[in-house]
Amino acid sequence: MSKIHVTTKVNGDDVEFLADPRESLLDCLRDKLDLTGAKEGCGTGDCGACSVSLDGTLVCSCLVLGVEAQGKTIETVEGMAQDGDLHPLQRKFIEHAALQCGFCTPGILVAAKNLLERNPDPTETEIRYWLAGNLCRCTGYDKIVRAVQDAAAEMRGAA
Amino acid sequence: MVEVNLWSGLTRFTDGIATVEVEGTTIGEVLDALIAAHPDLKPFIDAGISVAVDGEVIAKNRSAPVRPDSEVYLMQQLKGG
Amino acid sequence: MPKDELKTSFKWIGTRPDRPDGLDKVTGRARYGADFSLPNMLHAAVVRSPHAHARIKKIDASKALALDGVKAVVTRADLPTGLSGEDLNLQDNTLAGDVALYDGHAVAAVAATSALLAKDAAKLIEVEYEVLPHVIDVDDAFRADAPVIRPGLADHSVPKGAPGNVTRYIEFGHGDVAAGFAEADLVREETYKTEATHQGYIEPHACVGQMGADGKGEMWVCTQGQWYVRRMCAAVLGTEASQLRVTPSEIGGGFGGKTTIFMEPLALALSRKAGGRPVKLVMSRSEVLRATGPTASASMDVKIGMKKDGRITAGTVSFRMQGGAFPGMSPIGEALPCAFACYDMPNVHHEAYEVLANRPKAAAYRAPGSPMAAFAVESLVDEMSRELGLDPIDVRLTNGAKEGTKSSYGPKFNQIGLVETLEAAKAHPNYAAPLGPNQGRGVASGFWFNHGGETSVSVAIGEDGTVQVSVGTPDIGGSRASIALMTAETFGIDYDDVRVNVVETGALGVNEPTHGSRATHSNGKAMYEAAGQAIRELCKRAAADWGIDAEAVEWADGAAQPAGPNAGKFPPMSLREIAGKMGSTGGPISGHHEITMGGVGASFGTHVVDVEVDPETGRTTILRYLVVQDAGRAIHPAYVEGQYQGGAAQGIGWALNESYIYGKDGRLQNTVFLDYRIPVASDLPMIDTVIVEVPNPGHPYGVRGVGETGITPPLPAIASAVAAATGVRLRELPMSPPKVLAAIKARG
Repeated sequence: MSKIHVTTKVNGDDVEFLADPRESLLDCLRDKLDLTGAKEGCGTGDCGACSVSLDGTLVCSCLVLGVEAQGKTIETVEGMAQDGDLHPLQRKFIEHAALQCGFCTPGILVAAKNLLERNPDPTETEIRYWLAGNLCRCTGYDKIVRAVQDAAAEMRGAA
Repeated sequence: MVEVNLWSGLTRFTDGIATVEVEGTTIGEVLDALIAAHPDLKPFIDAGISVAVDGEVIAKNRSAPVRPDSEVYLMQQLKGG
Repeated sequence: MPKDELKTSFKWIGTRPDRPDGLDKVTGRARYGADFSLPNMLHAAVVRSPHAHARIKKIDASKALALDGVKAVVTRADLPTGLSGEDLNLQDNTLAGDVALYDGHAVAAVAATSALLAKDAAKLIEVEYEVLPHVIDVDDAFRADAPVIRPGLADHSVPKGAPGNVTRYIEFGHGDVAAGFAEADLVREETYKTEATHQGYIEPHACVGQMGADGKGEMWVCTQGQWYVRRMCAAVLGTEASQLRVTPSEIGGGFGGKTTIFMEPLALALSRKAGGRPVKLVMSRSEVLRATGPTASASMDVKIGMKKDGRITAGTVSFRMQGGAFPGMSPIGEALPCAFACYDMPNVHHEAYEVLANRPKAAAYRAPGSPMAAFAVESLVDEMSRELGLDPIDVRLTNGAKEGTKSSYGPKFNQIGLVETLEAAKAHPNYAAPLGPNQGRGVASGFWFNHGGETSVSVAIGEDGTVQVSVGTPDIGGSRASIALMTAETFGIDYDDVRVNVVETGALGVNEPTHGSRATHSNGKAMYEAAGQAIRELCKRAAADWGIDAEAVEWADGAAQPAGPNAGKFPPMSLREIAGKMGSTGGPISGHHEITMGGVGASFGTHVVDVEVDPETGRTTILRYLVVQDAGRAIHPAYVEGQYQGGAAQGIGWALNESYIYGKDGRLQNTVFLDYRIPVASDLPMIDTVIVEVPNPGHPYGVRGVGETGITPPLPAIASAVAAATGVRLRELPMSPPKVLAAIKARG
């Protein structure tokens, strides 16, 4: 099958790649652009380990075709830190021990960032429901929820 | 002499004896002596067992020391996750 | 070591610094199994049996091999013959021989120039099957008239006349159970059943393997144990272990499921056949669920005798467990000694049968066997406590095992912390929180042995006085942080001046995997001894510089110090100072220690859970959850809490929702996370923790190991809470809404 040329913007950089029409955006990010921060945990949109932002919308990149990225703007975990400074969520995840194996962490960070952009002061329940599409098998979510709450407080200037 | 406690399923292979006294200063020596006294235990011991010495379960260290007054129990080999 | 030699005040141990791999893991830089690639790499796909049990009559790969870009196909004919025991089990599971033994059993593998092409090629490999009768359920497999799926595999332990699928039998106990039951005021006997669950690590198995015709190879793989991968792959392929170098990636969860191999030899075999080009093999989620990991399913009879005051007079268990179609895989040997481990049992008898079923080869899962056994025994203890009107914690305190108690499995316990966890649970505010309608509280305790095992560790002093530690156990939950803390404590230097590396098989002696809750425990001890060796050399260098005897120098606060009456007066010489000139004072300074680690301390825990059950739907909501567990010593308390919370969450999933669902055709029906539903964030409340510390006298810092015990109490604790909320007792897991609703309706 002939490949399709795709031009897109990832974490602020213009990039291009050739995609097989069957390849997911996740495969393209990982295999064509060497952005392996997004992970495949299921390939069916159930686990959220591949979460990225596509034109500001939180998506499972395993459910988006690579060719659909044409002309869009993508943000991944690799773009969260700015000029070497970690995003508050990244700092709080380390501080609260909100990761064990760390495999789900990139997806959860991207999802949580998307939440805080919409709702700077989410309740515990709102955090839990927003992150319900991001599976973590190690932590029981307790420290993840606390890290998100603490990051949100700091970003609001309330910490 | 060290007194070795067998699990009761093994007594089918020791003429009903549940505790066996053998000479030995390490787990390896004790197990070898046990096989010498009761050859039918060999397949069980060769298949892999754990030995509890004074309350501590030892998975496979044949060099672990055993004292004459040690409490010694044979156990199924344990796996961990 | 004696109790009074255990240190009790620390500078670093017990603090909560940032984990050393934290930055890599929040920025997406950390490299997991599927993140490795090599030049000229091929991609592989696996052909799997669509039948639960079928004879393989013919495999035709000609159409696949005819595709441009397809480089190699392997089948069982490419593997050596003559293996036995667990090596044969591993080989039989890597690729089916004459018979496919479960839905998802690998039959062939293909390597091609892209992952898409490999998948296309796999579809072109034609396999002709003759479907055979199958058996899935553990009780069905135990029936005398069940199809005997693999005759002749019963070992020497199996009594004559046992059903044909039985492969192993265990029996032990002590006292006089008949007399014990006669003495009891209440005797109850019930049967409990648990379904198989999967460890559910989010990272699917992945590896890159390379092997030449000379049998020399390399592998990059997500695993709990690189030496196990090395040994097992070499055994399956008939190559030499030392010719294979295995480098562990970061690991996206394991929980026991990555202590063994599944598809790793296929990558090596394909590479060998494809002229030594590296081959990448990554499982899909459905492959993970169909063909890796699951724990056993269990059917369990329990009988207990109790006095009116709650004292247990006797107990018996008879378990049946299946661990798939492979002998020796069910955790009967672990389940039985865990069953009554929390209790002082004057009279007790255990027996268990392992049976084969047409299911995937079971792997270890967090305290293998203990959660099922606890579900059965702790549930019945709760039922009887309620019947006698007794507080469930008081009943456990009345019978609780403590130092000197003859354990239910024979030997006497050393120092253990069960009673301390019960007392802390009883004093916790959660135990007194008011409950509303349709709400109930459950309590259960749990036990795991913990494990030491083969451990090899090196410490090396850098020229600037910093310390590098090489360990052989992949870091799943923060073990690099805990080992760095113990290292900083031992040398008297800053935590940030230590780097702990998980190294490949070429860099150390054999290490067992990160399993048995052993990583912090065993590496802590080996590091302590290796550091002691380095410190002795550091003292020697300082002594030479000062012109005094090495014996007159001691190590304190990160520096060599003159000590004793004749040492003379010298200012302390720091690690940095000695290290800076080590090249001219005798050469590099390092320490190394190898041990089959003993000194194991068991860990007990007690959980308290409050639930609300919706009488309209049968759905159970966890309202509050408390984990109390003995850590011995919490090196990094945040990651100890994390283990407690994670174990509880897995137990909650097992209790309420997770199970393998098979069709009548013996095929697994829930092969994606949507259908095999593990707990999500909105399913759970915050999980409260209390760390009890009864130091382990067998460890220099009192560590017991905390990884596994936490999954054991949730199953019975939640069953008891559901019973308290609804008045109906569920003795079969999972307690999914339809089952709970049916039980409520049957109650009327």
